[in-house]
Amino acid sequence: MRFERREHRPVYLMVLTPVLAVIAALALSGILIAIAGAPVLDAYWRILIGAFGSRLSATETLTRATPLMLTGLAAAVAFRARLWNIGAEGQFYLGAIAVAAASSKLLGDLPAPVLIPTLLLVGAVAGMALILIPLWLRLRFSVDEVVTSLLLNFIALLFVSMLIDGVLKDPLAFGWPQSQSVSDHAMLPKLVARSRLHIGFAIAIALAIVVHLIQSRTVFGLQSRAAGLNPVGAVFAGVPLGRTLVKVACLSGGLAGLAGAIEVLGVKGYVTTDLSPGFGYAGIVVAMLANLNPLGVILAAIFTATMFVGADGMSRGLGIPTYIADVTVALSLLTMLIALFFTQYRIRR
Amino acid sequence: MTVLFDIIASVGLWGAVLRIATPLIFGTLGALLCERAGVLNLGIEGIMTFGAMIGWLSVYHGADLWTGLLIAAIAGGVFGLLHSGLTVTLGLSQHVAGLGVTLFASSFSYYVFRLIVPTAGTPPTIVPFQPIAIPGLSTLPFIGPAFFTQTAPTYLAILIALTLAYILFRTPLGLAIRMTGENPHAAEAQGVNPMKVRYGAVIAGSALMGMGGAFLTLSAFNSFFPTMVQGRGWICIALVVFASWRPGRALFGALLFAFFDAFQLRLQTAVDGVPYQIFLMTPYVLSIVALAVMARRARVPQALMQPYRRGER
Repeated sequence: MRFERREHRPVYLMVLTPVLAVIAALALSGILIAIAGAPVLDAYWRILIGAFGSRLSATETLTRATPLMLTGLAAAVAFRARLWNIGAEGQFYLGAIAVAAASSKLLGDLPAPVLIPTLLLVGAVAGMALILIPLWLRLRFSVDEVVTSLLLNFIALLFVSMLIDGVLKDPLAFGWPQSQSVSDHAMLPKLVARSRLHIGFAIAIALAIVVHLIQSRTVFGLQSRAAGLNPVGAVFAGVPLGRTLVKVACLSGGLAGLAGAIEVLGVKGYVTTDLSPGFGYAGIVVAMLANLNPLGVILAAIFTATMFVGADGMSRGLGIPTYIADVTVALSLLTMLIALFFTQYRIRR
Repeated sequence: MTVLFDIIASVGLWGAVLRIATPLIFGTLGALLCERAGVLNLGIEGIMTFGAMIGWLSVYHGADLWTGLLIAAIAGGVFGLLHSGLTVTLGLSQHVAGLGVTLFASSFSYYVFRLIVPTAGTPPTIVPFQPIAIPGLSTLPFIGPAFFTQTAPTYLAILIALTLAYILFRTPLGLAIRMTGENPHAAEAQGVNPMKVRYGAVIAGSALMGMGGAFLTLSAFNSFFPTMVQGRGWICIALVVFASWRPGRALFGALLFAFFDAFQLRLQTAVDGVPYQIFLMTPYVLSIVALAVMARRARVPQALMQPYRRGER
């Protein structure tokens, strides 16, 4: 048995791939649910109901999808240029803490129409600043950015922990390490009344479209794709590789930082060290499920959010640990990788 | 200054160095073995987590400690099989496949753990490995209690480091592994099957990672809790570069690293006014610095991260 590269990839396969990957992942986690002694279909039905069964749960799912879209976009733009930014988790936290710091120490008095965009920008810039460290190490010392960006996640989280236990600590939080809250007028307006869904969701979708246009319609988009497909060839074709990577990194880190900023301004209003249940890492899965397509990220993020939000309700009902959502999401990354392989190769005897 | 001196002169510090180094030695050797054959194994963080969980769970359910360690190694090997299936047979991106393995292995560990131990709160404990005093050597002043009263897996880790160095550089098998990592086409021309070598190296390397994880729950602590691996796997990946892909230097790197870690832990309690998070950051910062210093100097296996397909360039 050997693998043979396909001459051309049928379009239907490209669409079918993520669907099949998700079905395979659900089937595999179904085995784990069955081993735990719960009815599998009932469990999945409860997940669906838990995520979309009521107006409240549906808005909650979309609220959860918002940061996932942004971290998913962050991974998608970076991976497309083969910049392995695994540091979205740290960039998320740095964006979040930058917003909390800026609003409570510096800019809190600005009027909302100026304040909110400024704070979002602050968050994005904080994320950019963090990713420039691994990028610099790669360009200057040829250090693989995967490990450095991963290690920076731990450093960033400890840095946040230090700030919310120190200068930014909320004195009214009963000694709990928590940052001071941003002022009420800095909070993002709601998208749906009497829910937690905020305009961050719309911003994330708009950004997915913008990123799609950048990648498909601009010179920078072409250069970043060329840098990923064939860096040596790209250099010969006149692509300034270093400069392109810096731009890609800023876009990627900015999106991840913005995710943190939006989560603070849209949902929590303050920063704790459990602000993110792994949004940065889940973003990698979201990007891969979308096959690095920015528009696909929207759907992949909603799928991932469905699993996470739905698993909470299912867990309460059936006693299956909520970690089943993490398992399914991780498995869907693996099944997606395998499925993608078979869009490129076919088996020959 | 006297504070620093007191810390360095304490037996406790040097005893802790070997204890902290042990999971890093296992993990670094495991990652090194995979990379010598040309496969980057970023599954390490998840594999260590799973090893920690399954080792603890086996002992908690009545297996003895060595069986627990063995089960962790076998489980690690199974994840190694998964990783080599993805990266060797299918030739997928080793970065993404490895992260996928890590995400899956760690979430799977948490799932199984929560299924067995449903309630949060204080996790149940086991009786871990007890320190073994090496006869004669352990009675030496200072050195004895620091280096020769460790638990059995620590001695095993050092033994494995020496064995791996011997295998890699003194046996035909080691030559085949290194050749596969440098130039799989040339290896194939010499009658070596690069696919088999890569499978073997990744499975064996992942087994070592699983044992490194199990050391945490079976010797260093006595219970399992999520996120307990705390980036040790990533630090191991950095240590491989620092060690320039040589087992002896990996041993030295892990010990050096553990020395700094043990030192900062004691400094935390000795120094007032500095937030403890600064100290906790040092292992990660050191790893990044080590990477930056060594990345250019180290000799990378030339075929690292390059999938091998017969007859394809």
